[in-house]
Amino acid sequence: MGRLLVVCSLLLLGTVPSANFDHRSALWASTEVVEFSQPALRERYYQLIQELRCPKCQNQNLADSNAPISADMKAQIQRMLEDQKTDRQIKDYLVSRYSEFILYRPQVKQNTWFLWFAPIGFIFLGAMVIWRRYSSVKTSVQGDKPQLTIEQQQRLNKLLDSGEDNP
Amino acid sequence: MNKIALFIPLVLFATLSLFLLKGLDRDPTELPSALVGEAFPAFSLPSLMDESLLSTDDFAGEVVLVNVWATWCFACRIEHPMLNQLAHQGVKIIGLNYKDQPQPARQWLEDRGNPYLFNIVDQQGSLGFDLGVTGAPETYLVDAQGIIRHRRIGVLDQAVWDREFDQRYQQLLSEDQ
Repeated sequence: MGRLLVVCSLLLLGTVPSANFDHRSALWASTEVVEFSQPALRERYYQLIQELRCPKCQNQNLADSNAPISADMKAQIQRMLEDQKTDRQIKDYLVSRYSEFILYRPQVKQNTWFLWFAPIGFIFLGAMVIWRRYSSVKTSVQGDKPQLTIEQQQRLNKLLDSGEDNP
Repeated sequence: MNKIALFIPLVLFATLSLFLLKGLDRDPTELPSALVGEAFPAFSLPSLMDESLLSTDDFAGEVVLVNVWATWCFACRIEHPMLNQLAHQGVKIIGLNYKDQPQPARQWLEDRGNPYLFNIVDQQGSLGFDLGVTGAPETYLVDAQGIIRHRRIGVLDQAVWDREFDQRYQQLLSEDQ
């Protein structure tokens, strides 16, 4: 995905005379080409800006956002990556300033347990309901034998008898 | 058992409705601040009026408001008279001139009045970044120990002052004395 973005932005850049290039233009801001000393850092950079949330333009991640603050945050991430900081260190640094709000993937902590584990609980609950339904349907089929009238019973016996006679 | 089970969807729906109803009252731009209860971040930045370097020492021991503003910020225009009024009432306000040019900023203070004790020039937004500033205006209440006690994102007007700041401010002042 990250590589695709770079390729797309290169293609776009190629079609526009560089003299007209305006770095403030909304079109460019999200597809900016970021230079890294190692390709592995670029992968991590795109990973990070995908899963970190812009504190200003809410419901956008840093990659999609053109807000000045997310440009600052992206520049900071880039600097910290070049400084050999781990992803964890970078996230902690940003969270200590912008709170956990910016994590699209929240940490597993006491106050996020419900968020993380409730879906598993709901699946379990659903499975329970289905299982109970299923077993109660089965018992009701076995329990309520169809009641035949005397007439029907006689006819059934007759059919069964005649079946024995002609194998 | 079956009769009770029939009510389960209703209970689920009611629970969901309660959560959604509560969500209606929430302002999504009001973020939890990571810095409330933390020390004001250390900095060393120039002053707007003279070229001296400012640091947290310059407002240590005082209960102050730190107001993030810029000339490019439209809402700051609306907020400015309120800051003038607060300064007139004796509230100590420190300006953080955020990602701005010094010359228009000085002109702004000349035109609209200067409610600030002094202004920190944060042209790169580095102090703003350490504060978790997402834009201007923002206002921080800092106590005499240099701890951030409250943060307001957006315009500080009379209603916000009465609701969020006044009581906290008076309490900090009385603690300080």
